[in-house]
Amino acid sequence: MAVEILMPALSPTMEEGTLSKWLVKEGDTIVSGDILAEIETDKATMEIESVDEGVLSKILVSSGTDNVKVNQVIAILLEDGDDENAEPVKTASAVQKPVVEESVIAEEVKNIEPAPVIALEIDVPAGTKMVPTTIRDALRDAMAEEMRRDEDVFLMGEEVAQYEGAYKVSREMLDEFGSRRVIDTPITEHGFAGLGVGAAFAGLKPIIEFMTFNFAMQAIDHIINSAAKTRYMSGGQMSCPIVFRGPNGAASRVGAQHSQDYAPWYGHVPGLIVLAPYDAADAKGLLKAAIRDPNPVVFLEHELMYGEVSDVPEMEDWLVPIGKALVRREGTDATITAHSRMVGFSLQAAEILAKEGISVEVIDLRTIRPLDEETILASVRKTNRLVTVEESWGRMGIGAEIAALVTEGAFDYLDAPPKRVHQVEAPLAYAANLEALAMPSPERIAQAVRDVCYV
Amino acid sequence: MSKAKPKATKKSKTKKKSAKLNSSDLLGYYREMLLIRRFEEKAGQMYGMGLIAGFCHLYIGQEAVVVGMQACIGDGDQVITGYRDHGHMLALGMSSRGVMAELTGRIGGYSRGKGGSMHMFSTEKNFYGGHGIVGAQVSLGTGLAFANAYRKNDRVSLAYFGDGASNQGQVYESFNMAKLWDLPVIYVIENNQYAMGTAIERSSAETQLHKRGASFGIPGFEVDGMDVLAVREAGEMAVKHARAGNGPMILEMKTYRYRGHSMSDPAKYRSREEVNEVRSNSDPIEHVKGLLLTNGFADEAALKDIDKEIREVVNDAADFAKDSPEPPVSDLLTDVLA
Repeated sequence: MAVEILMPALSPTMEEGTLSKWLVKEGDTIVSGDILAEIETDKATMEIESVDEGVLSKILVSSGTDNVKVNQVIAILLEDGDDENAEPVKTASAVQKPVVEESVIAEEVKNIEPAPVIALEIDVPAGTKMVPTTIRDALRDAMAEEMRRDEDVFLMGEEVAQYEGAYKVSREMLDEFGSRRVIDTPITEHGFAGLGVGAAFAGLKPIIEFMTFNFAMQAIDHIINSAAKTRYMSGGQMSCPIVFRGPNGAASRVGAQHSQDYAPWYGHVPGLIVLAPYDAADAKGLLKAAIRDPNPVVFLEHELMYGEVSDVPEMEDWLVPIGKALVRREGTDATITAHSRMVGFSLQAAEILAKEGISVEVIDLRTIRPLDEETILASVRKTNRLVTVEESWGRMGIGAEIAALVTEGAFDYLDAPPKRVHQVEAPLAYAANLEALAMPSPERIAQAVRDVCYV
Repeated sequence: MSKAKPKATKKSKTKKKSAKLNSSDLLGYYREMLLIRRFEEKAGQMYGMGLIAGFCHLYIGQEAVVVGMQACIGDGDQVITGYRDHGHMLALGMSSRGVMAELTGRIGGYSRGKGGSMHMFSTEKNFYGGHGIVGAQVSLGTGLAFANAYRKNDRVSLAYFGDGASNQGQVYESFNMAKLWDLPVIYVIENNQYAMGTAIERSSAETQLHKRGASFGIPGFEVDGMDVLAVREAGEMAVKHARAGNGPMILEMKTYRYRGHSMSDPAKYRSREEVNEVRSNSDPIEHVKGLLLTNGFADEAALKDIDKEIREVVNDAADFAKDSPEPPVSDLLTDVLA
């Protein structure tokens, strides 16, 4: 039977990519595991492997084609005994493996359909053009727009200038703004975080990039003791308009020291604003808001989401308000709260549950501190059940905080004890099976919802 | 001179004074140093009376350092230091009332009572704290200098820290960036010989702290921190160096604190004789007093008048600090965020 090879989705939100190069040609005999082609997203170049066997009869999308939609037929494979006119069947996406060192989506996610991004509360004027954008570019656009607007804004961090960011977030920024405003630092987190805070004290508006927030542990003294506390300690005299940003959360197969969600660490601290966007529109709008904010902001990106694509409104000044959660999906039977990548997992869980007749409301927290308590409480008062989801450990975590909030603010509305989904209480393992077991998954989230619904 | 091998700049007092001495400067330094000393003595007294609480680190003995450095900087130049900060604020011209009222935790204090001894600021006087984490001010002060370089405004920043802080890692991270980018910062190491209770020989493999920038190419000099004129001379050289775009410089001020590390320190780690020896032979205020008298710039009576005037300023500050109300309850949750 003829098999149609489809353009694979390389991340839950990828909609299209570039078919950079075919590594096989028409007439070649293909066995399972053969590398068929290289596909480029703006996140990484990936090799795709064949899962089927046969003879490649036709290449339908040639090398170097941009904007190839996910699930578009890119080639036809004839299995033994097929003739070219046989009715083709669609094959599942080929297996992908990265050919660059960047981390990719965890195995589990690949096999689940991309989560629908349902933005119910985004206030965009009718007729606004929506531009599919990667989170990486959304962040870059936010920084570049604010740097054009305000001479006091600059970007500093390891590899942000010539290398264009370890995750290519600051692509082309050195070219546009020069080395005065896009500054490569030595590997010296404690030092450059303190330097940034000092510059902010003097009235500049630094964006300090940590290559990952794991490394910001070297600098956490300045984030908390110098940045967060000084306004209060000075009786309101001093200001510290600074953004600390970079990838946060568990990456894939990089071990415990590179895999941690710091949202509860910084969310604990008065004097900080803590943001953790899920999609590209929020990444851009919240980062722009963060840069303009007069307070120190911890901006937590996700290492596995930079290449994910979603719509960003094409507007003169797209700003997302700090302190407002977003109901990503409305539902009636249970409320899920999540931030960053876990929003996608939660939306996938909601899809699973919808098929079982359970209607789930998914709240994207977006701002960790100050938490949008009203949106959470209003939802739980409607659904009467709560599941919290986070990548960090559960003890003293975001979910613990939200469970306390709901217990205090909506106790009489609860029909079941809240349930927390989070990383297990251990450093993250390297082994694939243990890593997968440690982290939340759409199925685990779905099960927690079934539990609080007593089904 | 930027890459010159660090060398001592201990100048003979007699040799230099003819060129540099001038009556109004010296009287000014005398007045400022005396203000710091009397203020600190009063603070110590009020601490003993329970009017000042918590940690309170007195600057007595080190006055020549801030007064001499202050003579080298101008409007827009920035100052940042650690927790032993009262002297720096007074030298910058911040009001003694505002500093003392902060020590008593009252609304009239520079931080409206919310900061305390170690956490005071004045944006008006370009004083950026007052930092309680040992060594933090070195990175922060480097950042102030970064802002000056970014704005190309010819201003310099003075980052003061002690011999204890000089062993913190972030000091060297800052040295590296400051020289890499030639930032206009002057690192003033106030080497008072003791990091809390640990003598420098017990904490530091290399006790000549002015050499600590050598591997970054930062010139460093040892200065007699008990001599306000030696401090000023070194400070002028460093400020000129930094302002000209030559990058950072390290000045190691050899100084001494007479009191304990903080008010709660019994100072058992050194002998009374050691302290008395410095007080008797190297006191920075007595030194200037001697210069004023021997050069005929002032007589005993004139100095007594200054002393009396300073006591009045300090008593007024103390009265203000006692009478100023505690911050209102409504201040509890203000100034957390803008």
